[in-house]
Amino acid sequence: MAFYLTYLIIGIVLFGFIAGFTLFAVYSERKIAGFVQDRLGPMETGKYGSLQTLADILKLIQKEFITPSAADNILFAAAPVIIFVAVFLGFAVMPWAPGMAPSALNLGLFYVLAIISVDAIGLLMAGWGSNNKFSLLGSMRAVAQIVSYEIPAGIALISVVMIAQSLNLQEIALNQGIKAASPQLFIGLWDVSGIGGILAWNVFQAPHLLLAYVIFFIASLAECNRAPFDIPEAESELVGGFHTEYGGLRFAFIFLAEYAMMFLVAMIGVVVFLGAWNTPLPNIGALKLADWTTGLVWGIFWTLSKTLLVVGVQMWIRWTLPRLRADQLMSLCWKVLTPLAFLCMAISGIWRVWVMV
Amino acid sequence: MFKTTLHAFITAAKGLVVTLAHLFGARRSRKIRDVRKVDYFDKQDGVTTVQFPREKMPIPEVARYQLDVEIDDCIVCDLCAKACPVDCITIESVKSPDVIGKTSDGSVKRLYAAQFDIDMAKCMYCGLCTVVCPTECIVMTDQYDRSMTNLAELTYSFTDMTAEEVEQKKREWTRFQAEKEAAKNK
Repeated sequence: MAFYLTYLIIGIVLFGFIAGFTLFAVYSERKIAGFVQDRLGPMETGKYGSLQTLADILKLIQKEFITPSAADNILFAAAPVIIFVAVFLGFAVMPWAPGMAPSALNLGLFYVLAIISVDAIGLLMAGWGSNNKFSLLGSMRAVAQIVSYEIPAGIALISVVMIAQSLNLQEIALNQGIKAASPQLFIGLWDVSGIGGILAWNVFQAPHLLLAYVIFFIASLAECNRAPFDIPEAESELVGGFHTEYGGLRFAFIFLAEYAMMFLVAMIGVVVFLGAWNTPLPNIGALKLADWTTGLVWGIFWTLSKTLLVVGVQMWIRWTLPRLRADQLMSLCWKVLTPLAFLCMAISGIWRVWVMV
Repeated sequence: MFKTTLHAFITAAKGLVVTLAHLFGARRSRKIRDVRKVDYFDKQDGVTTVQFPREKMPIPEVARYQLDVEIDDCIVCDLCAKACPVDCITIESVKSPDVIGKTSDGSVKRLYAAQFDIDMAKCMYCGLCTVVCPTECIVMTDQYDRSMTNLAELTYSFTDMTAEEVEQKKREWTRFQAEKEAAKNK
């Protein structure tokens, strides 16, 4: 009984975190957008507009459920739930601190990639269920994009997994710091086990992993439908894309899923490439910076701050780059990112056999 | 393909640097907001937003915003109402048997303005009415911030006559005409 209670509490805590993060992220996104464009962003609700998103969500909660008469009722109602649950379940295996993860699956990384893919079905249901040509076009684009970009993202992750030799996210995290069981080599030359810090992160384990991270980052932008890859909801062409017909709480859940997805892909990148909960500060002689800044609270702090930094970069990119055309999007994926990801994977194999012996 | 990709990355990086500069430049606010200043266009960095009800942009006193009518100078010629492209000016005149008075520029007034309404909700601020006015009694002022909760309040009435006065003047004119008619028939 107490077992199930823990499950429930963890679920509720995670949901609360995602909801809180979404409120914060929407606010910061609007502020960043404002500053980048020499505006102020929200200023009226609360001090510096800080209560703006709270007011927004209160408005959305109060709104009526409107289903278009031509819509497919079941698909239309189920889609936001599936979209959100698919992303929410991804958080189940993400490690937060040493020894702290909702579930330390052996196949953690594989599970995350698999469960994120369910998102595409939800998007297609939303588009098809709306019975609206713009929604359908948007969801077709979304699915084409997500399915395509899963390939470079997945292969970039595989090239790390070949170096890390594990699919367990907690183990991948552990091997990037001072607590690692196996020795780590900075760019394959300098043994940094015991020194840790930024030098032991996976991106610096081998030079090609930096490229792998760039590939993964670009592909992850496309997977969560963020600009410059936001053609599924392209406001100027498709009204709102797959969520055109949604309003109220259903729209809120689609929005929640979008921001949760941003956090999730940023967190996957952080866990797999950027040292997870490990500190960026290395041990320098008697100055045991890495030892001092490793622990449960520190772990949560590092995970959160690194992930929020990556989310900040996603927002920065969104307000800089214009949207790609659909054909440009596909050619970037299939002609550039996928071959480069394969190259990374090949180098990883060679690296494993010749350098890391 | 490789060349295009590299080019795309370089230009993207350039753009990112520009937006980052603006992101951190937003700590400051643009100080000079007066377009009459010589260095107005030199100030390109910082937040441009003017938080309107609390701060306002400086405007010249000869700014051309909402209309105002100096009814004492009006000779009720109806030219402004005819010039108005959106028909927002409604004028009703009552004739007077003799000269009422003179405007400040010496024009003779022979008509009473029984009604002189300008619907500011319709007005498009073209200023054509001010151009045609022979006595320059209709002018544009520097007033632009007049929000009303009731749409009817946006119809500005400029006449200084009460309904009784209008009735009385109308009666005077009919009596005058009747007398003239009677004198002619004699």
